[in-house]
Amino acid sequence: MAIQTKDVIWVEPPKLGILDQLYLPAIAGGVVTALKHLIETTTGMGAEKTQQYPEEKPKLPPHYRGLHRLNRDEEGRVKCVACYMCSTACPAHCIDIVAAPSPWKDREKYPEVFVIDELRCIYCGMCEQACPVDAIELTSVFDLTGMSREQMIFNKEKLLSVFDETVKAGTDPVRTHSGKLGPASEPAESGLTGTSSAQS
Amino acid sequence: MNIAQLLVVLVTIGIVFAAVMTLVGYGSLLERKISAWVQDRLGPNRVGFDLNQPMLGLFKGFFGLGQPLADGVKFLLKEEFAPKHVDKLFYFLAPAVAVSTALIAFAVVPFGSTSVIPPLVDKRIDLASAKSNPNYQHRVYPRTNAELDKLKAADPFRSDLLASSKGRNPQIDLPKVVGFELGSSEVRFGIAPQIDLGVLFVFAVSSLAVYGVVLGGWSSNNKYSLLGALRSSAQLISYEIPMGMAILVVIYMVGSLNLQAIVDYQAEHTWFIVYQPLGFLLFLTAIFAECNRMPFDLPECEQELVGGYHTEYSSMKFACFMMGEYTHMVTTSFLLVALFLGGWHIPFVVTQDFPVGILAWGAKLVVFCAKMISVIVFFMLVRWSLLRFRFDQLMALAWKGLMILGILNTLGAVVILHTKPIGEHSIWLLPAWSIVALLVVSGLSMGRNKAANRFRTGISRVDQRFGAPEVLVAGRH
Repeated sequence: MAIQTKDVIWVEPPKLGILDQLYLPAIAGGVVTALKHLIETTTGMGAEKTQQYPEEKPKLPPHYRGLHRLNRDEEGRVKCVACYMCSTACPAHCIDIVAAPSPWKDREKYPEVFVIDELRCIYCGMCEQACPVDAIELTSVFDLTGMSREQMIFNKEKLLSVFDETVKAGTDPVRTHSGKLGPASEPAESGLTGTSSAQS
Repeated sequence: MNIAQLLVVLVTIGIVFAAVMTLVGYGSLLERKISAWVQDRLGPNRVGFDLNQPMLGLFKGFFGLGQPLADGVKFLLKEEFAPKHVDKLFYFLAPAVAVSTALIAFAVVPFGSTSVIPPLVDKRIDLASAKSNPNYQHRVYPRTNAELDKLKAADPFRSDLLASSKGRNPQIDLPKVVGFELGSSEVRFGIAPQIDLGVLFVFAVSSLAVYGVVLGGWSSNNKYSLLGALRSSAQLISYEIPMGMAILVVIYMVGSLNLQAIVDYQAEHTWFIVYQPLGFLLFLTAIFAECNRMPFDLPECEQELVGGYHTEYSSMKFACFMMGEYTHMVTTSFLLVALFLGGWHIPFVVTQDFPVGILAWGAKLVVFCAKMISVIVFFMLVRWSLLRFRFDQLMALAWKGLMILGILNTLGAVVILHTKPIGEHSIWLLPAWSIVALLVVSGLSMGRNKAANRFRTGISRVDQRFGAPEVLVAGRH
């Protein structure tokens, strides 16, 4: 609704006195402020406020979502069972999986082809939340670069290698279960199904 | 002039040119560092002198001192092109004019003391034994003004001691030397010292720098460049008038335009900033405008005009404009120090009757350069303290503010110095008159700040309930 004239307050700029009109005291105040900042930065805490990047890395928060990795289980096999839950959940449709019958006895399927296009990914973490076996995780690697778009399409070997690197470097994400399998991959011990499949 | 003198001159030119270019490069680094420190961050600190060699690792990241070198290499290797739509002759001429006028104006900057460089070994000989030799032509070159006075009193017709105009220092020709004896030949610091119109020379040549700007803007065939060049040329020529008027009283009191004479006068009496605070302020403001520095950098600010008159320039030609600007900064800060801040003089510490020798000469050089660098640092601090002027405010300041103040200052000073109303100490009326003139002019301009001329802003009372005032109308009523 239109604003009425009686509701308008007119604001005037402040009147300047004779000394203010010179602007000299204001200028002097401004220069003194700049000088104070200069002295404080050079002699005080200023130098420590700046993070010298390649030498000092930033401290990332605990649930930081960086590069993906495919986890291995205790026997070194890829944990992923090619259930397609992550690629279904992905908002950017950047995960491509081709399932195949697994060579191991305790699993039906394993991913023959598992490709993530790291440049399409929006690093939202939905795949990590969707995975029932904790096979895919987002690490804290943030400074990855590639020389071409093709280089940034990570296949299974590359994703597993990220796992190997981060385990070696000890930079596992906080939420990782450190190699232990997630609930859906644990053998049914007692209760619902009755028989337990052999672990080999 | 013989070969030795020519060689000396050429070597001096080479050294001073190299020094200026180094100053300009490090001036740009200093500006980046100071801008960073004022903004609570560190400036460039990655580029040291290590050139990526592990052997020179000691110099890695050395306060960013290798940054100008890196910038220079970048300017050399960058793609140098001339757009098709430019006026070829003036496009190439403009940065050349900008740099050359700045460097020529720099030629009259004597960095240090006003006496000759003393020899490393004192070759003064015993007068008595020398006078007995009939071939000996006794020429004593005075080192201080006290000695000069004594010599002049002894022999008033020594032609080489006669001062030109009212300067205190003698015109000493370079003696004709056979061979090249540095110890006994007289070498002065500065390419063109003893120019009696030192100040006028600087102003005249700096005025030519307007050509560089105007040609650059016009030849770029680009409306933003043209607007920037127009504004810049209007600004430069408007502020030359207050610049000249500010120093009229200084020159009147000294009686000579010779820069060395002015510094000597300040060494004997007080610095001119004490006698002429208003002149100091006028000059300071005018040199900010002459260097296109904040708050007067409308011609080259990025928010308004892309790049102003140097939009269409790349690589080395752009670097020439930047060099011209920094050289102007150095030259004008030198002028400020020489005219108002006493040059190499520090009361009771570095005076005219300083003990002779190379150390004293060096001390004067160091003091002069320290004062110049602090003025340059002040330039850079002001950049981050003041808002940029709008073009009409800028022109109003020059014509309706600074010129009036300059006229008032000059008139008042001439009247006071001639009539000497309170007798001997009437020179102290000068700073009093400066303050009076400042207050009078600011009081007069207050009357123009009536409500009828000011902008009002409207805020809606209704929306104040919800926190954010809606600005309704801004306009004159």
